[in-house]
Amino acid sequence: MTYARDVVALARKDLLLELRARETLPAMLLFVLATLVAFRFALPSDASERASIGLLWVAILFTALLGITRAFIPEREQRVLDGLVLSPVDRSAIWLGKVVATLAFLGAAELVALPAFGLFFDSVTWTTVAAVVLADIGICAVGAILAAMAAAGRARELLFPVLFLPLSIPILVGGVGAAVGDDPARYLAFLALYDAVFAILAWASFEYVVTE
Amino acid sequence: MIHARGLERRYGAKRVLRGVDLDVERGGFTLVTGRNGSGKTTLLRLVAGLAAPTAGELQVDAERGQLGFLGHEPLVYRELTAIENLRLYARLYRVPEPRERIGMLLERFALWDARNQRAGSYSRGMLQRLALCRALLHEPELLLLDEPYSGLDAEGAELLDRELAERRGNATFLVATHDPDRLAPLASGALAL
Amino acid sequence: MAVAAAVVLVAGVALALLWAPEDADQGPSQRIFYLHVPIALTAYACFGWGAWKALRLLWTGEQRYDLESYTAVHMGTIFGTLTLVTGSIWARTSWGVWWSWGERQLVLFLILFLFYAAYFMLRFSLPDGPGRARISAVYALFGVVLIPISFLAIRLAENFIHPVVFTRDGPQMSGDMFFTFCVCLAGTLLLAGTLYLNELAGKRLDLRLRELRESLELG
Repeated sequence: MTYARDVVALARKDLLLELRARETLPAMLLFVLATLVAFRFALPSDASERASIGLLWVAILFTALLGITRAFIPEREQRVLDGLVLSPVDRSAIWLGKVVATLAFLGAAELVALPAFGLFFDSVTWTTVAAVVLADIGICAVGAILAAMAAAGRARELLFPVLFLPLSIPILVGGVGAAVGDDPARYLAFLALYDAVFAILAWASFEYVVTE
Repeated sequence: MIHARGLERRYGAKRVLRGVDLDVERGGFTLVTGRNGSGKTTLLRLVAGLAAPTAGELQVDAERGQLGFLGHEPLVYRELTAIENLRLYARLYRVPEPRERIGMLLERFALWDARNQRAGSYSRGMLQRLALCRALLHEPELLLLDEPYSGLDAEGAELLDRELAERRGNATFLVATHDPDRLAPLASGALAL
Repeated sequence: MAVAAAVVLVAGVALALLWAPEDADQGPSQRIFYLHVPIALTAYACFGWGAWKALRLLWTGEQRYDLESYTAVHMGTIFGTLTLVTGSIWARTSWGVWWSWGERQLVLFLILFLFYAAYFMLRFSLPDGPGRARISAVYALFGVVLIPISFLAIRLAENFIHPVVFTRDGPQMSGDMFFTFCVCLAGTLLLAGTLYLNELAGKRLDLRLRELRESLELG
């Protein structure tokens, strides 16, 4: 399937770019660690363990924010995105390629964050891992298209967090709920619903974001 | 190959293109002239499919894979080398035998020796030549060139002259230019904006 | 439409204040409900209308839908803010607090307010033209999808946010109350419609003026 090959080619391009520049991923790793340490000091010692899971999710969200803000920087400079839009690839493949690459970065950051959280705060359950996986898909799917929107304008890095955070609140609910709720399956199902709905919307509408 | 009637493109209240009619037959070579800001670049972007007209009709008998575009920006990733950039585009344009094609183009435009350098380290003229490689990579049937000579030194301009002369019969051209005299011998039509 | 709006709205408010039976539990402060909920519903209607126009823009490419979508979202944001204000007042008069996380509508509108405030920031950062119209339209579509998803999220969140649950007016309204409610709803919808048409006309005029000025300058 050429669609899949296009997506892979585009994702590889982003991974290659990051390998060269080595800017985004190290920053994300350091940021998530520093945030968790800071949270350790922000939480009084008698706070419940349930509160700490919320901090994990906030740390993940903000780290994702950091990473995805930079998602379209290579294309934003000198309109390189036009080069991709001109080519015969499906415009939605451009979006999907970005999603795959950002998932890789976010996943790498979480490979550090989750064990660190387990070390600093409280052990990580399998439901939390599942919730993180599901949430990542939603974060990257929504993040990729919002980043493209923000990159088209003047405000650049300032705008993306403002666009992203309201849409990320349901993800927060799903993630925290899966960890502390009585019925984690419901929250996981909700995350899956979020992913499905917004991924389809982003997939279908990306074309309109990158063409005029 | 290109047919446009009453083409209009506006940005809010501002009209950049108004009532443009254009006909380019297959194999033709049409020059687009006009002052800065007259809409040459916008017209090319419309034909390329990067933007849609806000009024009028436009028909282009070429799919995206048959279209070669050279804009004001080279459209290459600065952090990647010339070869990596062209490899990416070759994949996206489904170019058969990409290695041979890339090698041939880099040599034709005197970039072979610099092929493993980051595009970000290139001079303005080298970037323009790389952009030409990118635009020609997939043997497009329709070439849209926006001031292709800009940034080129004498040697680069000669390379481009040769390239255009060789392709003259095999492709259709729409070229925006400040210097119509240079291309007049090749041209079969003109549009003044 | 303006006259109709004025008449219906005044009638609605009068009914609400004077005629509707007093709620047994909450007393006179409950009357703000007759404004608060219709305003909320009107806000939803505006966002929905904005999303519809956004869809039309993406489907047809006709630029006039951009102004219509934008104006509708603008109306929705105004009514959304009013929802938050009236909701806060209601909470204060009923239960003595200015905010309650247990009030699902209120929390939902808070999220929506953040979302649609970002809509304007997004629009402001983009240069005028079909590109801005398209991006705004896609964002408006995201908004309308966010409404049910957020509502679900808030419901799910109640399991661990443990809100203080207050008694509130449910759907069991007496006939008189329902009538008053409907009149108020009609009134707010008409008000929104009037403001919408007003603003739209103003913006269109402004656009036309600028177009004429452009033409004159290029002359």
